[in-house]
Amino acid sequence: MATASENRMTPGKIIAFSLVGLWLVIAAFPFLWTFWGSFKVQADFFSKADWTNAIWGTNTIAETGSAYTGQGYFGAWITEEFWQNVINSGIVVFFTVVISLTFGTLGGYALARSGFRYAFWLLMAALVFRAMPHITLVSGYLLPFFEWNIWGHLPTTIIVLVAINQPFTLWMLHSFFLNIPKDMDESAMVDGCTRFQAFWHVIVPVMWPGVITTGLFSFLLAYNDFTVTAMLLSAENETIIPAINSFLGTTQVEGKVMYAVAAVVSATAPLFVLILFFQRQIVSGLTAGAVKG
Amino acid sequence: MKHKTFFWFILPSLAAMTLFIALPIVSVFIQSLFVGHEQVLVVSESCGPFGCSQTTSVDLEATEKLREEAPLGQFNGLGTYLNRSHLAFAEIGVAWAETDTWNDFWSVVGDLPFYRALAFTLTYTAVVTPLVILLGLAIAMGVNTLPKLLKGPSIFVSLLPFLVTPLVGSLILFWMVDSDGVIGATIQLIFNDPNLSLKASAALTWTMLIVYGVWHTLPFSFITFYAGLQTVPDDIIEAAKVDGASKWETTLHVVVPHLMPLVSFVTLMLLMDNFRVFEPIVSFSAEAHARSLSWIIYNDLRESGNPLYGSAGATSMLTIIGVVILLTPVLLRTWRDFNRKAH
Repeated sequence: MATASENRMTPGKIIAFSLVGLWLVIAAFPFLWTFWGSFKVQADFFSKADWTNAIWGTNTIAETGSAYTGQGYFGAWITEEFWQNVINSGIVVFFTVVISLTFGTLGGYALARSGFRYAFWLLMAALVFRAMPHITLVSGYLLPFFEWNIWGHLPTTIIVLVAINQPFTLWMLHSFFLNIPKDMDESAMVDGCTRFQAFWHVIVPVMWPGVITTGLFSFLLAYNDFTVTAMLLSAENETIIPAINSFLGTTQVEGKVMYAVAAVVSATAPLFVLILFFQRQIVSGLTAGAVKG
Repeated sequence: MKHKTFFWFILPSLAAMTLFIALPIVSVFIQSLFVGHEQVLVVSESCGPFGCSQTTSVDLEATEKLREEAPLGQFNGLGTYLNRSHLAFAEIGVAWAETDTWNDFWSVVGDLPFYRALAFTLTYTAVVTPLVILLGLAIAMGVNTLPKLLKGPSIFVSLLPFLVTPLVGSLILFWMVDSDGVIGATIQLIFNDPNLSLKASAALTWTMLIVYGVWHTLPFSFITFYAGLQTVPDDIIEAAKVDGASKWETTLHVVVPHLMPLVSFVTLMLLMDNFRVFEPIVSFSAEAHARSLSWIIYNDLRESGNPLYGSAGATSMLTIIGVVILLTPVLLRTWRDFNRKAH
């Protein structure tokens, strides 16, 4: 029940509201601006003379006859073959998520049910691994991968991303499985199931909320990765994030910057949809580790 | 759970981590002990009618063969760690002896590549982390007072900067603050200086990267604290009110202590992520004024044609040591908690 005093506007509340409002503008404006600008020509998007050009598209009208143009998107997707990178990203992300979750559920379950000291040490090692800057690991991969001739291929990158993902997945699923009562699988074992049967028939049917949340973060890690994919994939196997970076390297020519802008907007779109549908799971996942303290 | 069952359950995960995280660290260490081969030089004497002259040329074939036979290069011990690009003890010793004031000394040290990168990485981590925690706390409390209808959408909007790909997010900001972009051009207009660029000086570049860092990680702390605020028991707040605490006092003495465990969790996560700052430097092409440890490793590996594996390995090892030092307090505390529970 809101009382009258709670509804009154106090100076504190006004400060709080304006702080939140300011933050929301700062958070959203760059995305709106870039999205809007991606349908303009470069002279408008980077308009030194008058920033309102980017809104009304003065130069876009002069150059193309319409206030909106798909030139950037056409250039990126068709001319620069961005669709190829999108397919590569799709393959990498799909397999990374599936394999990470398979390994992670098995391992996380084991860690949650084992009271031995080595389980604790494994979790601590995973925490240190989680903190490792990815580029330090990549510098260890390159030479052996060149020697064994497995550099540049998608499967190599997938398995590397799975490994880098494991520490986080293990922690998250471990704390999730701790919340599933031990009695469930143990009573199944009293009834004569082996440990794996108990896991398969009792735990698997109830673990999906935790797995979906963890899967979202595995997706983000694989999708957002730049360090590993930029260093381990050959040019024809590039995923979208390193592809955007190489756009910048090669396309400083007039007009082509807009290809990169279009590609950036294209790369952000799936994330936008993801947040739209899974906001609740993402929020609960962000705080999953914290709730335990 | 029996040891054997545990082993089979953890095997795939453990194998992946051993092969691609633990062994690469060993491989990085071994690499750091070697340096690339020097080119094989041949001296040939050609004699003509006006006497003989010696020419030195690179024997490409022999160089190639040598590189193929021993791809690691030649053994160098800890030499790479001590050279000018890394710990540079010799250079620091000279600087110590030759400079009179602290300022001079630090400016010499600041020119050494490793220390420059370390200085930026530490500054970035030390500035972004507390800023993000304080602002996140403030915004979480602000959103908590919003009408219910507005809470969902404001969380949705807030999630975008955090979940967007770091490389892409920093590009989006970069295009805006670049001298032709909307913010960059406006700043030029305000200061009436058409050549003003955020990339022009080290201070501005660092500020720009730190602003990006805050923008990118603020949602994480905000959302964690916001979730924490939902778990503050109502009766405690009520009790504080009855005892005559003002709103501000309640926040300071009841709510903030309740969130303390979350603060240490967020700090840990932020420290780990900020310490590996890398992508924004690539996106902003800020390497002229700001290089992080991750960036100099990347740069060594990118060295066209002839990657400096030894140098990258040495910087990587030093970075890993840095991470472990950063995590020591957390590891020690967890270890103590674990022992307390066990006994």
